[in-house]
Amino acid sequence: MEGMAGQKSSLGWAVNIAAFLLVLLWTIPTLGLFVSSFRDRDQIAQSGWWQSFSGSEQTGFVRSGTEGALQDGVWVIEGSVTADGEQLVAWGTSAREPGAHAPGDTVEIDEGIDITVADDGSYRMVSDTEFDMRRGERIFVTTSSPPSFTTDNYSRVLSATGLGRAFMNTMTVTIPATVIPIMIAAFAAYALAWMQFPGRALLTAAVVGLLVVPLQVALIPLLRMHNEMGIGKGYLGIWLAHTGFGLPLAVYLLRNYMVGLPREIIESARVDGATDFQIFRRIILPLSFPALASFAIFQFLWVWNDLLVATVFLGNTREQLVMTGLLRELMGSRGGEWEILATSAFISIAVPLAVFFAMQKYLVRGLLAGSVKGG
Amino acid sequence: MELFWLAISTIAIGVFGCVAWFWGSNWVLDRILPAKGPNAGDNIRRANQIRPWLFLGPAIVFLGMYLVYPVFDSLWRSLFNSNGTRFVGADNYAWLLSDGKFRESMLNNMLWLLFVPAASTAFGLLAAQLTDRIRWGNIGKSLIFMPMAISFVGAGVIWKFIYEYRASGEAQIGLLNWIVTQMGAEPQIWLSLPFWNNFFLMIVLVWIQTGFAMVILSAALRGIPEETVEAAILDGASPLQVFFKIKVPQIMGTIAVVWTTITIVVLKVFDIVFVMTNGQWGTQVLANLMYDWMFRGTPDYGRGSAIAIVLMILVTPIMVWNIWNARKEVR
Repeated sequence: MEGMAGQKSSLGWAVNIAAFLLVLLWTIPTLGLFVSSFRDRDQIAQSGWWQSFSGSEQTGFVRSGTEGALQDGVWVIEGSVTADGEQLVAWGTSAREPGAHAPGDTVEIDEGIDITVADDGSYRMVSDTEFDMRRGERIFVTTSSPPSFTTDNYSRVLSATGLGRAFMNTMTVTIPATVIPIMIAAFAAYALAWMQFPGRALLTAAVVGLLVVPLQVALIPLLRMHNEMGIGKGYLGIWLAHTGFGLPLAVYLLRNYMVGLPREIIESARVDGATDFQIFRRIILPLSFPALASFAIFQFLWVWNDLLVATVFLGNTREQLVMTGLLRELMGSRGGEWEILATSAFISIAVPLAVFFAMQKYLVRGLLAGSVKGG
Repeated sequence: MELFWLAISTIAIGVFGCVAWFWGSNWVLDRILPAKGPNAGDNIRRANQIRPWLFLGPAIVFLGMYLVYPVFDSLWRSLFNSNGTRFVGADNYAWLLSDGKFRESMLNNMLWLLFVPAASTAFGLLAAQLTDRIRWGNIGKSLIFMPMAISFVGAGVIWKFIYEYRASGEAQIGLLNWIVTQMGAEPQIWLSLPFWNNFFLMIVLVWIQTGFAMVILSAALRGIPEETVEAAILDGASPLQVFFKIKVPQIMGTIAVVWTTITIVVLKVFDIVFVMTNGQWGTQVLANLMYDWMFRGTPDYGRGSAIAIVLMILVTPIMVWNIWNARKEVR
């Protein structure tokens, strides 16, 4: 944007602020989930996650003890109205005015009975005569607790909801479903890019066409085909299905990349007597690493995040659920328990996010190879 | 642990099987038609005719079995009754036209088709233009691009939390209702708000797809020849004019690609609706309707297939357009 140098200073601030707002808008939803996964159930229900950094105020009451002790000629009951980590803000003795008094005040609640609640939350009830109460006196307190976060949700979710099992299932589905199509597609892409045979243009066009075929079309026929072949529902079926569904993109991306490799290298290898198999293995495959990586990431993210193929081809029992399936089930059965939902969701998106941030370069490269050329 | 070994051995078998096939079939071919001896020339020519098909073989088998055959099988099956025992002709399609839920889905899909690609492309363009001009642009890009990596189900949880509703007077824990109540309005149950709830679902997909649009459009914007922009500035064009009259027309082709790619995603949208409303409150879409007919108590494969074929017909224009462009490029 050197050409814009003149406007840069005046527009600079506006652009920075606008960009910041946009980024904020796109980040906040995920951040909310992330923060909530570290708050306990009560905190989530009592205040929005955006208020969790400033601490929260609660109002409630505690009952004093009933047995006084004789000290220096007066009867005294002592105790504390706050729990560890809480700070007393205000207190009172009636439900109508729960915050009527400041910490340190002394108030007469009954004839001859005084009560003092100190800053640290300790109270002291003093009476000239022996206490005669069946139930303790109610002391209303408003306390503030500092921002507090916990990892309890994670240990709870991992042990109780079956997420550990689902995590393994997702892994089991994803890795073979990522590796196998790459092998098959690389050979096909090489043939489409560098071998001469009738029907090559037609096949290339067919691959481009198959890129957009909706999965929905394939569900019913494939389910029946798998049943007839005796594969039924299971890992083999889902691996095969993901391989089939991922192939068009794989072949397309790899072919586009391989076509761009320098012709001279391949021609001179041919002249030197290398067979196609040798050219593929020694020259094309190593040079195509970026494209292979791009596709591997696409396929990994797509399979890991998929819900539809997994529900149809793997089944819905607890032992078979992948993480997206489990998350969906939790949304139904634990709809209001946000601490569980937020934590489970975050665990399920942690791996793709890590892959995304680590391999972003290849992802972007793959996207560009896949789309810009088409225009 | 058992699962782990199953997965490892499958990878091993799969990879080994692939290598064995490609290496083995090539080896066999070289044995049958050796590139030496009296018929060397002839053999090489014939081997070169066969070899591409060895390379392509597995891919063609998979593509044929898992994508081409299902299209025709679905078409065929859509002419049968629920369990495929009786030929019913076009009955399933006639039923579609008369079914209220189907019409609702079509209408909603059209809404999605208008809104999501337009909004994603517009936001993507804005994000590309903004992040290309600031120093921390790459970090900004990463963060806007990030939702790409999140599953639709995960995004569903994230956004359902934002739309969470608590009765008026209680502490609002959903961000949207909190903002609304801070401004003095009543909290709403967004996901069952007639008509507008569709948009609350669409926003989720826009949130996911904007990063994709941004990445592609940003590359296209950077590819614009500097001279055209400079010439416009010398002629006194304002930044807005430069953007809309010089830059946008030059990346129209890329915008079209982004638009159609997102259109395809939109047509197939399933997970978001499935997990957030499951098509209740007037938010049904085709893909979810199809799933519904396929997995209800007594599945109706005829009607399910008919809906799938409708989806297939809807993507066909884009398919043809893509092939047209690709062939132009090959030539």
